[in-house]
Amino acid sequence: MPSVTDTPSGPRTRTARPSQLFRNLNAKLASIPMILTAMGVFVGGTIWTVVYSFTDSKLLPRERWIGFDQYERLWGTNRWLISIENLLIYGSLSLIFSLVIGFLLAALLDQKIRFEDAFRTIFLYPFALSFIVTGLVWQWLLNPDFGVQSVIRALGWESFDFDPLYNPQIVIYGVLIAGLWQGTGLIMCLMLAGLRGIDEDIWKASRIDGIPMWKTYLFIVIPMMRPVFVTTLVLITSGIVKLYDLIVAQTGGGPGIASEVPAKYVYDLMFQAQNLGQGFAASTMMLLTVAIILIPWAYLEFGGKRRG
Amino acid sequence: MQSIIKAAWMVGATLPVAAQAADLEVTHWWTSGGEAAAVAEFAGAFDERTEDTWVDGAIAGGGSTARPIMISRITGGDPMGATQFNHGRQAEELVEAGLMRDVTEVAEAEGWRDVIAAPSLLESCTLDGEIYCVPINIHSWQWLWLSNKAFEDAGVAVPTNWDEFVAAGPALREAGKVPLAVGGQPWQNAGLFNVLLNALGGRDMTMRVYDDKDAEYAAGPEVAEIFAAVADARELSQGTNVQDWNEATNMVITDQAGGQIMGDWAQGEFQMAGEVAGEDYSCLPGLGVNEIISTDGDAFYFPMLDDEAESAAQEELASILFDREVQIAFNLKKGSLPIRKDVDLDAANDCMKKGLAILEAGGTVTSVNQLVSPDTNTQIETLFSEFFADTSMTPEMAQERFADIIADAY
Repeated sequence: MPSVTDTPSGPRTRTARPSQLFRNLNAKLASIPMILTAMGVFVGGTIWTVVYSFTDSKLLPRERWIGFDQYERLWGTNRWLISIENLLIYGSLSLIFSLVIGFLLAALLDQKIRFEDAFRTIFLYPFALSFIVTGLVWQWLLNPDFGVQSVIRALGWESFDFDPLYNPQIVIYGVLIAGLWQGTGLIMCLMLAGLRGIDEDIWKASRIDGIPMWKTYLFIVIPMMRPVFVTTLVLITSGIVKLYDLIVAQTGGGPGIASEVPAKYVYDLMFQAQNLGQGFAASTMMLLTVAIILIPWAYLEFGGKRRG
Repeated sequence: MQSIIKAAWMVGATLPVAAQAADLEVTHWWTSGGEAAAVAEFAGAFDERTEDTWVDGAIAGGGSTARPIMISRITGGDPMGATQFNHGRQAEELVEAGLMRDVTEVAEAEGWRDVIAAPSLLESCTLDGEIYCVPINIHSWQWLWLSNKAFEDAGVAVPTNWDEFVAAGPALREAGKVPLAVGGQPWQNAGLFNVLLNALGGRDMTMRVYDDKDAEYAAGPEVAEIFAAVADARELSQGTNVQDWNEATNMVITDQAGGQIMGDWAQGEFQMAGEVAGEDYSCLPGLGVNEIISTDGDAFYFPMLDDEAESAAQEELASILFDREVQIAFNLKKGSLPIRKDVDLDAANDCMKKGLAILEAGGTVTSVNQLVSPDTNTQIETLFSEFFADTSMTPEMAQERFADIIADAY
């Protein structure tokens, strides 16, 4: 505040430019603890992890340097490769289906239907459950002896086969179903909020021009909803990378190692196998993957604006 | 005046010993019916004989879930009063880092070395001549549990060894039973392999693979026979859709499965279900091939605590865990063998007596947990978990990868 009163006239503002640093001083002072925490905990912790991934730390960290040995072992381990593959399948499908289903549900709810509130609550409700509960619920639903398969067989379709959690080839899709069931409600709500933010006049104008509804959605409404899409994208991707509790609750990584994911590899290696070095190497690889996706995106998103 | 001071001093001196009762939190992963009944014996004895209180910190989900929680509490500065680990190297680094209290004084005062049933048990507790844990039981993995009724239903005689069991497989299948119940958790799959290695291959093969870590031998024709047997076991286990070991044991108890290869802790479940050894179920130590049992089992460790009353309570607990009567009461419920050789288990049933006889005859083999690190163990568990779930994986492929693990083992 003081800096504003100190600069009464135009030309002097230009000379006082360096004091930009002291503008909004109160706000800047207030955010110092958070900045320090972020630097110390996140950046500091990250650097520490990366550094110790080059040691042969077992149960406790120790500085015995072994170069890239941990990474060599990591990329030679079948379980890690399966984990990465699972994350790719789960990640890309969950991204696509979350967005598509979320948007479709929102668009349908937006048709001024009756009992909209009730539907919205029903769709959003799974999001109120933790991943552990979701995982357990779907473990039972997909259990061949008690769940969907047995119900449909009891209805008379004797040869019906649906036991994804017991089939190593398709187990990850069983997890995907549970993940989508839990997550799409939130995406739908965000999309609905975005749709409500679109001016009524735009709809009227497109109707006058005789543009079909699906075209209006695709070429006018969706581009206008860009900020909402960015938000949902960030929410979905962060959910994908940290996928852990759903797997633990639903499959435990099984059958065999068919539904292992990177986060679980990190945890198991660090605490169960008592091999911190290997766990650190795996988590560093996870960080690197996120960085490879995030940095170009951040560059486009923020770098572009400054230039424009 | 002087007498008052003297009196005050005396009261002060006696106080810490007599009046300061401590709450001692004890963590363990014993949650199945038989296990919970057994651990209640420890808690009862501790509450009864000392001023202190046993605060039960059971962690559900088995050792692989519980150990990370225990370790992170100890390394994270929130240690419990006492905690369970298996015999072997699970707590090795915690001891080396000085996070554990040594109980050498108690051990020497009570002469543990003279009465211990197998010296290797105390050895795995010892670092630089100091004793850091109390072994509390001997568990052995090498047991084949059989449901007599299941074989009767299938119209075949109850097998007396592994080969007869494999031969009876088709008959059991025809009777609508799963021949061999195998839970889906990785430690159970790896354990089954180790049992086949111990029992079919014998002590020398076990030591050559796990102690000498001879990778060439592990890739060779002798060990290949074990892998062929594991492939048989995989074939026989098809149709077991359970995860936990006690659920698999329950399949044997309810006669849905012919048998299960599981440690003698399964005995507690049979007992809880009111089954009688020899009548309702049979047991074959060493799979009826090699009369050999391993000295696996559990030990209690005592993390370093600042509080003096709690530290004193730790030593009292150590003494009680090793006590003769408590050992008998605990092990009868748990279905394990006591770690003292000066106890008579008159109340022991047929199966436990078989185990005691083998122990007395010296038919023991060092447990895999004592020979290889948790890291190597996890790799082996992952391999067999994959092998059991993926029937397209041949025994040759598994053996090749096993030999690679042994080459890097430590």
